[in-house]
Amino acid sequence: MPTRKRNSARNRSRAGTVASVLAGTLLMSGCGPADGTETLTWYINPDAGGQADIAERCTEEAGGAYRIETSLLPSDAASQREQLARRLAAGDSSLDIMSLDPPFIPELAEPGFLAPVPDDVAESTTQNVVEGALAGATWKDELVTIPFWANTQILWYRKSVAEAAGLDMSKPVTWDQLMDVAAEQDKYLGVQGAQAESMTVWVNALVESGGESIIVDPEAPSDEIELALQSPAGLEAARIVSTIGKDGLGGPGLATQNENTSMINFQGDNGSFMVNWPFVWPATNGAVEAGTLDAGLIEDIGWGLYPQVAEGEDSAPPLGGINLGVGAASDNPELAYEAIECIVSPENQAEYFVTNGNPPANTEAYEDPKIEEAFPMADTIRQSLEQSAPRPQTPFYNEVSTGIQQTWAPPASVDPEGTPEESTEFIISVLRGEQLL
Amino acid sequence: MTSAIPARPVSPDLEQDTTPGVGPGGPSDKKAAAQYSDRVRAERRLGWMLAGPAFIVMLAVTLYPILQAIYESLFQFRLTAPGEREFIGLGNYLVILTDNVWWKDLGVTLLITVITVAIELVLGFALALVMHKALKAVRGPLRTAILVPYGIITVVSAFAWFYAFDINSGYVNSWFAWLPGIDSDLNWFAQGPTALFVIMASEIWKTTPFISLLLLAGLAQVPDELTEAAKVDGATWWEQMRKVIIPNMKAAIMVAVLFRALDAFRIFDNVFIMTNGAYGTEVLSLLAYRQSISRLEIGLGSAVSVLLFLCVLIICFIAIKLFKVDLAGAQGGK
Repeated sequence: MPTRKRNSARNRSRAGTVASVLAGTLLMSGCGPADGTETLTWYINPDAGGQADIAERCTEEAGGAYRIETSLLPSDAASQREQLARRLAAGDSSLDIMSLDPPFIPELAEPGFLAPVPDDVAESTTQNVVEGALAGATWKDELVTIPFWANTQILWYRKSVAEAAGLDMSKPVTWDQLMDVAAEQDKYLGVQGAQAESMTVWVNALVESGGESIIVDPEAPSDEIELALQSPAGLEAARIVSTIGKDGLGGPGLATQNENTSMINFQGDNGSFMVNWPFVWPATNGAVEAGTLDAGLIEDIGWGLYPQVAEGEDSAPPLGGINLGVGAASDNPELAYEAIECIVSPENQAEYFVTNGNPPANTEAYEDPKIEEAFPMADTIRQSLEQSAPRPQTPFYNEVSTGIQQTWAPPASVDPEGTPEESTEFIISVLRGEQLL
Repeated sequence: MTSAIPARPVSPDLEQDTTPGVGPGGPSDKKAAAQYSDRVRAERRLGWMLAGPAFIVMLAVTLYPILQAIYESLFQFRLTAPGEREFIGLGNYLVILTDNVWWKDLGVTLLITVITVAIELVLGFALALVMHKALKAVRGPLRTAILVPYGIITVVSAFAWFYAFDINSGYVNSWFAWLPGIDSDLNWFAQGPTALFVIMASEIWKTTPFISLLLLAGLAQVPDELTEAAKVDGATWWEQMRKVIIPNMKAAIMVAVLFRALDAFRIFDNVFIMTNGAYGTEVLSLLAYRQSISRLEIGLGSAVSVLLFLCVLIICFIAIKLFKVDLAGAQGGK
């Protein structure tokens, strides 16, 4: 018996040591150096390290007023939204600054999850910002986030293929021309046919290019929302998606193809034309430098504006990017907006474009000579941004987007007459709570 | 692993418990307690003290969320519209059960469960026999080798299988191009049947070791004398298997099937990574995830989760009542 007692005493003291070590670790991780500097947490989407660099620069410039720490969000936009929405709903006070994908902003702004933008900050950060990015930062006529960078898709093409087909690339081309060339030259058209957000991006750009918007009145409550998918623009979009799918113009991998896989196919032997974001350029250059791709490929790549649906009518390219928002439960909203003013400065935006390939939302940033050097297509990107149209801005974006993805993918199953109607009925009944998604 | 199959109870109090009328909580509990010796009572107290904390933790992390989910499932409640929370009774259940999506996903889930468990049972039994009969020298390494897939994190193995079959990066299409139906243009994840094939193959590869270990424990409990007697009587290998070995390990087989069926029914990771439910591969867990996590429809999502929980209970009920799986006495001969 005495032995057992001694043993248990020893065990107890050992357990005590473990507990105090644990408690110590928790305490250490809980509080930073006690020098009185406020720490702001910036939830960033994954990039090539550019946002962390900006955070460091702004911390230095603040001269002790605040320190910005970055915290990484999941890699895809949908998962980023899931995490942020749940944290915001739970009143997490660590959400000082958030990198937000524009389509999800109304959903967060509507219930008041975002701290209001002070007037002076709104004024100083919206000068010279492209219209599309500004529209994406606004909900019900009020600025709720600050545009940081704006993304848009342009048309990338292989000069050799365009030449062989005799296509004049000096002026905008149409989807029909591209489909004809791909069929004739037996090459793959680079579009995104996977059942994912990229499908909504494509359908939205086609409908917007045809002069309609997917949602007629984006601010309507969920049971009154009307869709324009059955309009002539919607039917035309269905015809284009369906033809590319049914005729195999996108290659055998189309049904699971996202932005990245379409780029890889474009770089390969079957590449011809591709609609995609500007990340393609640094990624391809990087692959050539690393020796995984042939050096001649860079010379063969050309670019132009997003293809038109109807000849002679300007296309409405997809709009993406990141806006910065402040959580309503943040302990330091004023300081956070001060930090945002620093983050979105034209110099930082230009630097971010050059190092990470994400185009500025502020047109002033394009004046930077570094940009022209790193991105010879900067002018095209800027013009594309001016022409671009955002995805439907509604608090029910997730339902609308998932509904489109489930009915429009794979492209080969799209019926030019039936799919727009089926899609509309499905989304409407989900929005009314009559059906699962 | 063998801890899943407890040995025959030997402690005196447990023996007493199994006598009719003195089960815990029974009407004669008090009288029975008075009959216990001090030692038995001390052991019982120790038992409660040892199991108590775990029991309380279990209540907190399983019972509480289950009750919360049942409560939430009666509301129309969206996380991003906290002000519009509304009690709708069984409305969510009505929406789900009248929707084709639920029944389609239930079908896919059942299909995956039935096919994977059936194949795993056959493969697992073969592997268990190999392990059982293996020479002593290779037994350790062999068991370790068979266990490796089970030790890999499901998400990691799902990615490995995904990239192996992916049309852009995969090698399967070129390695197996000699098989009819497979060529470099086959996009495995673009249609339900082929995508489900990969999902199920990955699931089978990963969890067969688990079932084979449970079966190995069952095999070890078949008394050697019985097989020897059968041999002496001139029974062939097949007759020994059918008349002696399998009947004697029936309980172990049923426990293995029940555990795997419950696991397979709740499949999530493989589908989430490989197709995210696209093109007719959505399963019930993913449906629940889509409603609660993606759509933030807490009420609807909770209702799907509750229904999923009921399905699991039904499977347990069928296994325990109809097939008479005895979880406590899962050794041969019962």
